Amino acid sequence: MKFTLKIWRQKGPADNGRFVTYQAQDISPNMSFLEMLDVVNQQLTLKGEEPVAFEYDCREGICGSCSLVIDGIPHGPDRGITVCQLYMRRFTDGATITIEPWRAKAFPIIKDLVVDRRALDRIMQAGGYISVNTGGAVDGNVLLIGKDQAETAMDAASCIGCGACVAACKNASAMLFVAAKVSHLASLPQGEPERTKRAKAMVAAMDREGFGSCGNQYECEAVCPKSVSVRFIAMLNREFLKATIAEPMPQAERQPGPDTESH
Amino acid sequence: MIQLNSRVPAGPLETKWDRHRFSEKLVSPTNKRSVSIIVVGSGLAGASAASTLGQLGYQVECFCFHDSPRRAHSIAAQGGINAAKNYQDDGDSIERLFYDTIKGGDFRSREANVYRLAQVSTQIIDQCVALGVPFAREYGGQLANRSFGGVQVSRTFYSRGQTGQQLLLGAYSALSWQIERGQVMMHPRTEMLDLIVIDGHARGIVVRDLVTGEVRSHIAEAVVLATGGYSNIYFLSTNASGSNVTATYRAWKQGAAFANPCFTQIHPTAIPPSEDYQAKLTLMSESLRNDGRLWVPKQPGDTRSPEQIPATERDYFLERRYPRFGNLAPRDVASRAVKHICDEGCGVGFGGHGVYLDLSDAIEEQGLEVIRERYGNVFDMYQRITGEDAYKAPMRIYPAPHYTMGGLWVDYNLMSTVPGLFVIGEANFADHGANRLGASSLMQGLADGYFILPYTIGHYLATTKSLPISRDHPDVRAAMEQVTMRTSRLLGGTRKRTAASFHRALGRIMWNACGMTRHRAGLKHALQTIPPLRHEFWRDVAVLGSGDTFNQELEYAGRVADFLEFAELLCYDALHREESCGAHFREEHQTPDGEPLRDDAQFAHVAAWEYVPNGLPVLHKEPLVFEFVKPAMRSYQ
Repeated sequence: MKFTLKIWRQKGPADNGRFVTYQAQDISPNMSFLEMLDVVNQQLTLKGEEPVAFEYDCREGICGSCSLVIDGIPHGPDRGITVCQLYMRRFTDGATITIEPWRAKAFPIIKDLVVDRRALDRIMQAGGYISVNTGGAVDGNVLLIGKDQAETAMDAASCIGCGACVAACKNASAMLFVAAKVSHLASLPQGEPERTKRAKAMVAAMDREGFGSCGNQYECEAVCPKSVSVRFIAMLNREFLKATIAEPMPQAERQPGPDTESH
Repeated sequence: MIQLNSRVPAGPLETKWDRHRFSEKLVSPTNKRSVSIIVVGSGLAGASAASTLGQLGYQVECFCFHDSPRRAHSIAAQGGINAAKNYQDDGDSIERLFYDTIKGGDFRSREANVYRLAQVSTQIIDQCVALGVPFAREYGGQLANRSFGGVQVSRTFYSRGQTGQQLLLGAYSALSWQIERGQVMMHPRTEMLDLIVIDGHARGIVVRDLVTGEVRSHIAEAVVLATGGYSNIYFLSTNASGSNVTATYRAWKQGAAFANPCFTQIHPTAIPPSEDYQAKLTLMSESLRNDGRLWVPKQPGDTRSPEQIPATERDYFLERRYPRFGNLAPRDVASRAVKHICDEGCGVGFGGHGVYLDLSDAIEEQGLEVIRERYGNVFDMYQRITGEDAYKAPMRIYPAPHYTMGGLWVDYNLMSTVPGLFVIGEANFADHGANRLGASSLMQGLADGYFILPYTIGHYLATTKSLPISRDHPDVRAAMEQVTMRTSRLLGGTRKRTAASFHRALGRIMWNACGMTRHRAGLKHALQTIPPLRHEFWRDVAVLGSGDTFNQELEYAGRVADFLEFAELLCYDALHREESCGAHFREEHQTPDGEPLRDDAQFAHVAAWEYVPNGLPVLHKEPLVFEFVKPAMRSYQ
């Protein structure tokens, strides 16, 4: 098979960037999309041209590294997979394929198709955890968790943090990403004590990072490689609303006591 | 000259760890604030260690080459995590998990370490549940278990087929909390390129910022390596593209002994390599062997499609060779049998590297719907990758490098032969002996990181006086200069050949000489062919661009360069071990019907190799003494 590739090339954050056209020859239909790019890069290297930078690692759809917009769709035309799980037999021989990076204000471009997604880590640091120390945990069967409840938590927890939801959203919203973590922990009894604090802190961090707000277009769900459902966005909205109206007492009015910890 | 002192506490096995913990010195809470620790790697071992050390009050700096700590390759582990909870009341116990692990490792691991691993396994589950890991549950709300890897009890905890992901996200969330608290400083996209050793103690690392290309040093009171395994030395493996040996290999060159490098696990059920461009091998759930039958055509070179070959002309080779275990023979045994039958010319598919894994009998007996429910996602994955429908024709599988039991030598405290350098997770040689059981790698990574290292490192810090070191220290500057020089050498090749093509060539040498079976002549031949390849690499490698930008080819070439050196050490170790044990099968040492022959009289030891500048590596032996179990022959016939 052969293809015409229009690939976004950008030297660094300060560069303007542009599409450059490459020809991919002798491509086997059994190649994965990323293996096809490997071949193109090997040829470029031997010709003395700098290869195209793009991210990958596990190449089996779980690490969340790969992040290409193919013909306008994050992770390409198929549903429920990452781009490393996309194979060339899916394309028509001779087709022109456009390849772009994730585009969002909160994901500045590092080089070519590689973007900086640390904003997602910072949202997690704002509250995407249960603050328990190592050691001293009670036996795992002390708190019973119904199978359905555990499955719901797992559905939400399967998010791989790739950021395709942001790339697909015209507002570049990270709602599905935040919703997945808030819903995962809100579905489990262990997440209960910090439930309200978590929803507020993670939403505030999302806003701070420059992600947009949700427009209910559901493009995020359509491109999510793990098919995380937009129902979790409804759950996040519920959690957030409860958190804002159920605040027991504004933090500032609380008297610092001897047991108040300060970091 | 290095000395191997395992520091295993004396006395009864059951109380070694408790007594040892009590005898360890502690660092006072106020002193912890002024102690800094470097953790390299953010997988299960690294993230759990960094977060726990941060929680204890140390100043932790954590490094990973990924864009986020959540992407470490632990994320890809599918099956599950073992723990001796005995929730099923099916006869499991700490003793049984201990024994299974020792036997599974073919009696080439340390009793005291393995016993401790079994002991802390139960705490791991509790800790993960507390962190919000969504383990599978029964309808009544209790934790669910499944059986795994040929043991007789159900002790494996799981989160669908994504257990590694969920455990890693749990550790990552704990890490995120400590980052927020300011206890851990995270450095993503930062690769360790050398270890800084001053006055015989590990005191820091040299790193390269992968975005800006800046080479920097980081100084600390202790360094922890949690940098995973080296299966990518074979080029094609189930590991992620970035997995590499650089950190542990660099540490070896700074004086840390490397133990049992030839113990590499080859997993039997991966999708076979198809064509030359292929970048990785994808694992298929081992559970398929519960319902599938492995076969090849009896006639070598038979090109008929599988459904045209009648049952009488098929060789169900595992059932034939191992009537008692059949298709459920352990990983190492099954992998070797597949290789053997393909070497005889009976293999199917591209290059004859494949055997059929056939579920048609199971579909006939149990119905399509049952099989679809059980393995639907695996069948989908197979179809996506190969374009073939596994419901209609049998799948093809072939073994793939998967995990490395070998690693840097560590004592009972998980400290290497360089004081102050600790090694955890797959990066150390510790607990799996010559063969790892399924669902045990996640257990070991978290045991080391959450529950063992945080104790043992405290003793070292409390008993070692570390003088302040400035970044201008001559040893620090020398290490930085080494790294900078290497980078410019990598950029200075004639650009005739890509790093990937050298990596592929090395992979072929290693797979043939030091893969599923090894023999003296093959290993010697490999030792002769690796140095010229390495020479050619440094002369001709094509790395474009510059060292002071984001440059993936440069990163990759540096890792390949280390594989090209480390490969020799692997071959030396395989050559020295004149026996067949676990994953290491020497063709000279087998029974007339092809079963491995272990030699306890001569080889019941850990082979720990010392780096000698400009010379051959020197072997040191740590004898393995079995006080509590009696080594027995593994037989699956």
